[in-house]
Amino acid sequence: MAATAHAHVDDHAHDEHHHHKETFITKYIFSQDHKMIAKQYLITGLIMGAIGIFMSILFRIQLAWPEQSFTIFEMFLGKWAPEGVMDADVYLALVTIHGTIMVFFVLTAGLSGTFSNLLIPLQIGARDMASGLLNMISYWLFFVSSVIMTLSLFVEAGPAAAGWTIYPPLSALPQAQPGSGMGMTLWLVSMAIFIASSLLGSLNYIVTVLNLRTKGMSMTRLPLTIWAFFVTAIIGVVSFPVLLSAALLLIMDRSFGTSFFLSDIFIQGEVLHYQGGSPVLFEHLFWFLGHPEVYIVLLPALGITSEIISTNARKPIFGYRAMVASILAIAFLSTIVWGHHMFISGMNPFLGSVFTFTTLLIAIPSAVKAFNYITTLWKGNLQMNPAMLFSIGLVSTFITGGLTGIILGDSALDINVHDTYFVVAHFHLVMGISALYGLFAGVYHWFPKMFQGRMMNKNLGYIHFWVTAIGAYGIFYPMHFVGMAGLPRRYYTNTYFPYFDDLADVNVVITLFAIVTAAVQLVFVYNFIHSIFYGKRGPKNPWRSNTLEWTAEVKHIHGNWDGPIPEVHRWAYDYSKPGHEDDFVPQNVPLKEGEEELNH
Amino acid sequence: MTTLLSLAVLLLIGIAVWQISKIFELTQIQSEGYDPATSEIANDKDNNTQGNLMFAFLVFIYLLTIYSFWAWGDVLLPEAASEHGDDYDNLMLISFVLIFFVQTVTQALLHYFAYKYKGKKGQKALFYADNDKLEFIWTIIPVITLAGLILYGLYTWTNIMNIDEDDDPMVVELYAQQFNWKARYAGADNVLGDANVRLINIDEANILGVDESDPNAQDDIITTELHLPVGKQVLFKMRSQDVLHSAYMPFFRAQMNCVPGMVTQFSFTPIKTTEEMRQDPDVVAKVKKINKLRAERSKKLVADGEGALEPYEFDYLLLCNKICGKSHYNMQMKIIVESEEEYQKWLSEQRKFAESLVKS
Repeated sequence: MAATAHAHVDDHAHDEHHHHKETFITKYIFSQDHKMIAKQYLITGLIMGAIGIFMSILFRIQLAWPEQSFTIFEMFLGKWAPEGVMDADVYLALVTIHGTIMVFFVLTAGLSGTFSNLLIPLQIGARDMASGLLNMISYWLFFVSSVIMTLSLFVEAGPAAAGWTIYPPLSALPQAQPGSGMGMTLWLVSMAIFIASSLLGSLNYIVTVLNLRTKGMSMTRLPLTIWAFFVTAIIGVVSFPVLLSAALLLIMDRSFGTSFFLSDIFIQGEVLHYQGGSPVLFEHLFWFLGHPEVYIVLLPALGITSEIISTNARKPIFGYRAMVASILAIAFLSTIVWGHHMFISGMNPFLGSVFTFTTLLIAIPSAVKAFNYITTLWKGNLQMNPAMLFSIGLVSTFITGGLTGIILGDSALDINVHDTYFVVAHFHLVMGISALYGLFAGVYHWFPKMFQGRMMNKNLGYIHFWVTAIGAYGIFYPMHFVGMAGLPRRYYTNTYFPYFDDLADVNVVITLFAIVTAAVQLVFVYNFIHSIFYGKRGPKNPWRSNTLEWTAEVKHIHGNWDGPIPEVHRWAYDYSKPGHEDDFVPQNVPLKEGEEELNH
Repeated sequence: MTTLLSLAVLLLIGIAVWQISKIFELTQIQSEGYDPATSEIANDKDNNTQGNLMFAFLVFIYLLTIYSFWAWGDVLLPEAASEHGDDYDNLMLISFVLIFFVQTVTQALLHYFAYKYKGKKGQKALFYADNDKLEFIWTIIPVITLAGLILYGLYTWTNIMNIDEDDDPMVVELYAQQFNWKARYAGADNVLGDANVRLINIDEANILGVDESDPNAQDDIITTELHLPVGKQVLFKMRSQDVLHSAYMPFFRAQMNCVPGMVTQFSFTPIKTTEEMRQDPDVVAKVKKINKLRAERSKKLVADGEGALEPYEFDYLLLCNKICGKSHYNMQMKIIVESEEEYQKWLSEQRKFAESLVKS
């Protein structure tokens, strides 16, 4: 199948000027062109993101002013907010779906799906993905899973509510909570389809990077974006199937009476038949994906940042080889640290020691990355475009959030902060906000590539960044204190513990920052939509970047380059190289006589 | 009405954003050398403003840190009330000092460079792609630091988790169900009777599924409050009857999940009685603050014709810390640490399992 699809792409190379007759449907809906698919991913991801962020505002309002009546609850939650007071079950549903949507639908599909699709062919010099058909199927599976996940919000008993980690038995037993009925079924179906989509996408990315690089584009000349997408795809292929197996086994426990994860349960006055299973097994399977997932989310953002920081600093990325090595090291380590989510799950404490060791090792490549970013800025000529601001912002939140990982990754310290708001603060900064910044940076930077030369408004971009940056710290910095006070996460309210009464004002501060931060995203939405239609058309290579995508046609044509595909003669980071007049030397410019090639 | 108002506000915000962007655009067009093709690319003026803002942001991060400690430093947990808690708090302190040091330095470098090297036309960046020595240094420093942290962490972890049965700890079962806790004391023989949820017999009031025929079970004592004698090591055996729960005892730096189908365990030695903890200056200050807040809220409640809130008194807590369903947020049990005599007195007032059964 891949072979025929490949041939299909080549056909296009030959008849660039006389396209196939494209109908509205083949061009905009069932498109096999990677650029259109990238846009489809982005727009679907952004819509899901809007839903996910809106949910967080709803439950933040409940946390700041617990059990009070709000019209906004009545409007959006209907019968689940009798007289405008949020129900405790729906609170759990909101945090569950918020987590699921943000982690998988926005930061996995929305981020990786968008930029892997857009940039892999363009930056390696290929006319399209290895298989346009699989790529199209991958997007439409993602679309179907998004629709199912959204539909699950409307079922009678409410959507899944067992937390995004859906630990059984809570998620397995409809008797345990209303969300574990139809809502949970739809969650599992949606995720199974999502995983299929992700696997098809990842395989395509891997094959494309390995086989379709243009002449001269050796692996050591690949831009760091491509390295990041490539390695991310490998992690996805290795770990997502394990989640699929966990989901399938859970479906069997739920519907066919097997006992993979369940044993000795007495609920609602009766003993259930399950015997011999273990919820801890589910935790192992879940986190075998769940932890690499953090890096599936983060690595593409780091790749995007590497590219944008180097371009806008007008300097080579510092330590290219170390950056590649740290991506590989992080990828490898990410698959053997899952147990740090389970230190107090009841597994053998010795296993906890092993996972502490591997987990803290990850700090080393992460630290190398952070230092290299900082050194890239040193003595640069920084062009403060909105994408650059978001990239610097990413480094900042990556450090702040990453450092607390040293506490959570340490099994001994984890005992008392496990599952408190300290964890929530940690992972939101290090993967949520960082990856979101990566997404925004990518959108501002490659908007002209996606929308035929049109650019986003920079001043709105600046407003968007600064309010978001202050808001992100305003939300998550105080949250560490809530966690250190000992408040567990996923509590509908803390008013039943007078001991936590003094957290009331912290919670209000956090919520106010959250509302402002969410509201300012509307500026981005406006800027995004407005610029698609009315954005100013910039030059062909607006950021004066070295990578190949800026040599491709501004107008979207199937096959990317009107003429032959450019050949590559150097790495992507010859910025401000001595001996050149311009402060950038695109990859397709041959070496001058006697010029030394640098790719490290 | 409120709906209409909120929609109107949203609309107004939208219009405001649109207008602001128009104003920006107009001022740009009037400025010298305006070229629509490059107008959305940062120019020297933007670099200057944004670079300065980067420095301001560094100040913001520092101020936020200082403010947070000033405003919320007192919400943090008081000193540990368990023997291993001291080690825990020490390790936490060391980790935090390290984290704050690295955070302060790296954020300063990042934002200062962003400010210092903001772009100017005609300025050329330094072509600086590599420095093996430098990279070696900042790989090896984290390696050494982390090696130290890992070793100290693993030492602490092993000390906490390895339970020496020779110490003859007092065995207590923590039993979790949606949405409450029970404690089962092993009685004089210090051995818990066998139990399984399949043996639950509500009619006979055997709510924990304890094996009625097991001789070890006869003197077990089931309670809804957890009393512990100070200075005596306790070995908790955790069970759950329905879904995952987590027995979280933050004041003792202790936590373990309760897993249906298996027994998990955690052990610690309480070193401060509830009464002693109530005298702890941090706790006194905290209770005072909380009662002030509660008094304010009570005033409001009374004005609305509702009852006032009871004043708060400090008690150790056991909380559920694993999402377990609707009332997860209110699944708690009081822990009372007291002297051996008080504990024995309390225990002797409780009914033994064999006596608590209702036989028809």
